[in-house]
Amino acid sequence: MGKTMAEKIIGEHAGKEVKAGEIVVAKVDVAMVQDGTGPLSVQVLQKMGMERVFDRNNTILFLDHATPSPRKELSNAHKILREFSEKTGAYLSDVGEGVCHQRLVESWASPGQLIVGADSHTCTSGALGAFATGMGSTDVAIAFALGKVWLRVPETHRFYIHGEFPEGVYSKDLILHIIGTIGADGATYKAMEFYGPTIDRMSMESRFTITNMAIEAGAKTGMIAPDDITKRYLEEMGRGDKYREIKSDDDAEFEKEYEFDVSELEPTVSFPHTVDNTRTITEAKKMDIRIDQVYIGTCTNGRIEDLRVAAKILDGHKVNKKTRLIVIPASRRVYLQALREGLIEKFVEAGAAVESPGCGPCVGIHKGVLADGERVLSTQNRNFKGRMGNPNAEIYLGSPATAAATAIEGKIADPRDYL
Amino acid sequence: MDKILRGRVWKFGDDISTDHIAPGRYFHLRTNLPELAKHVLEDADPEFPKKVKPGDIIVAGKNFGLGSSREHAPRIIKLAGVSCVIAKSFARIFYRNAFNIGLPLLIADTDKIDEGDELEVDLEKGIIKDLTKGITLESTPIPPFMMRLLEDGGIVEHIMKHGDFKVD
Repeated sequence: MGKTMAEKIIGEHAGKEVKAGEIVVAKVDVAMVQDGTGPLSVQVLQKMGMERVFDRNNTILFLDHATPSPRKELSNAHKILREFSEKTGAYLSDVGEGVCHQRLVESWASPGQLIVGADSHTCTSGALGAFATGMGSTDVAIAFALGKVWLRVPETHRFYIHGEFPEGVYSKDLILHIIGTIGADGATYKAMEFYGPTIDRMSMESRFTITNMAIEAGAKTGMIAPDDITKRYLEEMGRGDKYREIKSDDDAEFEKEYEFDVSELEPTVSFPHTVDNTRTITEAKKMDIRIDQVYIGTCTNGRIEDLRVAAKILDGHKVNKKTRLIVIPASRRVYLQALREGLIEKFVEAGAAVESPGCGPCVGIHKGVLADGERVLSTQNRNFKGRMGNPNAEIYLGSPATAAATAIEGKIADPRDYL
Repeated sequence: MDKILRGRVWKFGDDISTDHIAPGRYFHLRTNLPELAKHVLEDADPEFPKKVKPGDIIVAGKNFGLGSSREHAPRIIKLAGVSCVIAKSFARIFYRNAFNIGLPLLIADTDKIDEGDELEVDLEKGIIKDLTKGITLESTPIPPFMMRLLEDGGIVEHIMKHGDFKVD
């Protein structure tokens, strides 16, 4: 019997052959926390008398959720991480560097690695062929000190994706459609593995959008086997030497297999208050839903490819007077590239507020908290009640193209009308 | 750790997220858990944080704790005095976090349990008695490693006691 990618990577890190269902202790290559979860990790390590890190270069403290800090309590939380960095040598990714998951794929994550992060969207790095998963502050604190974690080896659900995307339809629409089909708990505790001709042709950036949202189906991680596109991406990021092949064996045991044809897919929108509450843009448009705020950014869709698509649609248009548009590049690297390509100028000319790299309004504390009764359409990954800081507001999720079209019309709009 | 728990039920529905439990707008209170606990579950039931009593039991539908990795969510449930959570299913990071901090979770069909019912829960045997209704429910057994974490008082105490992970 062959092995899945997840079993292979965990086995390599546990130093033995492993099978789905087993609980094992595995070494980690990269461990990270962010400003919302990290202070608790530091407190845990202080309590244990273990204020140390297993590898300075691969233990990272990201300031991204509340940057620049909007209030003194959060500045003090940042200070806890700054002091921990000084004391232990752990890398501090400071204000303006960007969202942890984007920074990880740019500078750390590599095929075959085991990555743990105190943030649920750590699964993003799985697009590079790593086993990357989100955990709590205490788990990651212990990983910082000991360089290992306990893990239950997950069963794998495999998703065969084929067909050509129609114009105006993107990987965001695909993953929203998949979650809408299998449900917000459709892959709880499982590894989701994506493969097939559509994935083979897909850019790394579009792949990250897919694996980023594996947690929204309850999965432990989302994975894509490394290939030439992965290799080129790593070379571009200056880590070409980190490329290696790793994939599931054909005779590995997959608990479930799915097939999705993207050629008939429409732009897709998640309605409040769960990600699996999806509708096609045709259905959504008929409902004539006024939108007060549009947000383009986040670890899901704040990459250069996303900004290019949005800027192209917005070019020559103005943001509707009844709405407001916030644009946030996911990292400093993305920001600089967008500046060089003139994209930021296009956003500003269209009437957008462009903010510095970070999580932005997705976390609900700053840079666009909604008023009672307001509606937002965002390119982020989740729309739970209260997520963006106000339980009396509604969050709709869509692609950067859908977001740009919506900003122009001030109501949920079809991006295909602008292509 | 008490292996027999007795308490009054607070009933919730499906898909209670970590945003319901520990709302994002209180992000600044994450370094002050007793203050954050004053808002526990307030977006699911505004009365809950005001009226919850030590020993009370949370009973919910499917996928309890979905969403973010914030460990503050199970921590403030425990701080509020809740003795255990029983649901049809749990989201994975919440499940892990709860056992890591010593909050017991049981998986059972919760349809027959109503708000205000008095329960007696045997964690080791996985037996739930609804004393109000006079019915007995079985839960999925807690895996041995998770049971060990509870007995040790959480993952931190587990590591301190054994010097390392003890999974065998």
